[in-house]
Amino acid sequence: MRNYYQPEIETASREQIRQWQDERLVQQVQHVWDNVPYYRAKMEEKGVTPADIKSVDDLHKLPFLTKADLRDAYPYGLMGVPVEECVRIQSTSGTTGKRVVAFYTQGDIDLWEDCCARAIVAVGGTKEDVCHVSYGYGLFTGGAGLHGGSHKVGCLTLPMSSGNTDRQLQFMEDLGSTIICCTPSYAAYLAESIHERGLQDKIHLKAGIFGAEAWSENMRRDIEQKLGLKAYDIYGLTEISGPGVSFECEAQTGMHINEDHFIAEIIDPDTGEVLPEGSKGELVFTCITKKAFPLLRYRTRDICVLSREACPCGRTHVKMTKPMGRSDDMLIIRGVNVFPSQIETVLLQQGYPANYQIIVDRVNNSDTLEVLVEMTPDNFSDSLGDITAKEKLLVAELKSMLGLHAKVKLVAPKTITRSEGKAVRIIDNRKI
Amino acid sequence: MSIKQISVFLENKTGQIAEITALLAENNIDLRAISIAETSDYGVLRIITDDADRSAAILLEAGNIVSMTPVTVVAVEDKPAGLSGLLSIIARSDISIDYMYSLFTKHEGTAYMVFRVSSGGKFANLLKEHGMKGVTAEELGLK
Repeated sequence: MRNYYQPEIETASREQIRQWQDERLVQQVQHVWDNVPYYRAKMEEKGVTPADIKSVDDLHKLPFLTKADLRDAYPYGLMGVPVEECVRIQSTSGTTGKRVVAFYTQGDIDLWEDCCARAIVAVGGTKEDVCHVSYGYGLFTGGAGLHGGSHKVGCLTLPMSSGNTDRQLQFMEDLGSTIICCTPSYAAYLAESIHERGLQDKIHLKAGIFGAEAWSENMRRDIEQKLGLKAYDIYGLTEISGPGVSFECEAQTGMHINEDHFIAEIIDPDTGEVLPEGSKGELVFTCITKKAFPLLRYRTRDICVLSREACPCGRTHVKMTKPMGRSDDMLIIRGVNVFPSQIETVLLQQGYPANYQIIVDRVNNSDTLEVLVEMTPDNFSDSLGDITAKEKLLVAELKSMLGLHAKVKLVAPKTITRSEGKAVRIIDNRKI
Repeated sequence: MSIKQISVFLENKTGQIAEITALLAENNIDLRAISIAETSDYGVLRIITDDADRSAAILLEAGNIVSMTPVTVVAVEDKPAGLSGLLSIIARSDISIDYMYSLFTKHEGTAYMVFRVSSGGKFANLLKEHGMKGVTAEELGLK
């Protein structure tokens, strides 16, 4: 039997979804026009009024919002309701600049938690499950979102937050956690710790919901094998609500976007033009139900592809691929485009952990690329020659993948900086 | 006749070795031999202690990357050319030395050398042929 949290919504006909989107978009544009002077000014500048937006077909007429707008309008400029209507804020980690603060009414929290509940049920979650939430709690949306979703499903919820590995493993063992929610890098770290302590037989996880940072299929297999579970992807961003904007089902061929709340578009990141379905481009979201922070046409900078092909899981909502990179995270080093995911793939192939850090600098007008890699017991040896030989092989493989030389620096385990459970992957010291 | 050697991964960072020796000292472990091999970015610290298993456990617990390797310890006379005779015997055989270093002792007139060679078995035979043998852990007072 198939399980859905809200079957009538998750398996609605395409016509029904389109009807919801048309109605909600028209209402939302009016709501924003009436309550968000910042966006109204952008619309006026473009010569658009709510009367021009009659259905999703007119969406392309609306102006975009970017992270720069969120900075300009910080903190209250994009709020759609008076402060007294809001019950919560969440915020980004601020790793790419100034923090983003998002506001929520009780209704906004409810719909966000519904989205997370759909994700938990999609991985097989029921009220019988023990849901171990190891996303950071606090300002970060990870902990709060999955925590709320887990409550809605009726799981026994363990609000673990991240860190304190011994306690994580103790609760996992003693309370029999069956579902774990955390960042993929923290999952990899927990998997390592479980192996170090020989606890494999005492852990009974069946599914993991991992998101909030980029991870590869190799990393998925690695985590699945080490934790003995099925690993599912979840996607979201604080600006749009948090995790659960889209989530993976058992088919694992993309993440279903909750289209009753969010309209997705793919655009050309250079021209802003909407691209036909199946094209690779930048993902743009329009919130059609949220009231407190009702962003319209928000540019995520994530590069992906949308697909409306029928899914064997029975869900009818559009699927997005795992982001293939970020239009702003892509590094240009000596003129070569470098995506961190390429480096991650090589590391895993060579038996190094996916926990790495890329340091880019400019010396004598030439870019340098250094990759910090954690030493593992398997790659260590009493012979310096053996270690150096493996390191040389890694450098050669990186060169063949990236098309440029990267210096590898082997570091002690667990020394790579983490911020709220998210590994800090890129340090760009270039002053350009 | 092998002795357990512990190797520890060292990042090239100030205070790394001090951290390790302090950890062993706190646990009342006696360091009997120490050697370092390094590149500009990292190194391998090789040690022999009076209790290899306990030392490895303590170092692992503290988050170090550790490996254990069998090495051969040979007693040579503590006088000019004491080591040279042994090395010329090895040079004439088909055994190669991966690395070697000395071990601290309190036995007057005798020096102890630690060898990691291409084949421990062949090395034991070679020593025997020349009337020598590897020193045992008991003789050195190691666990």
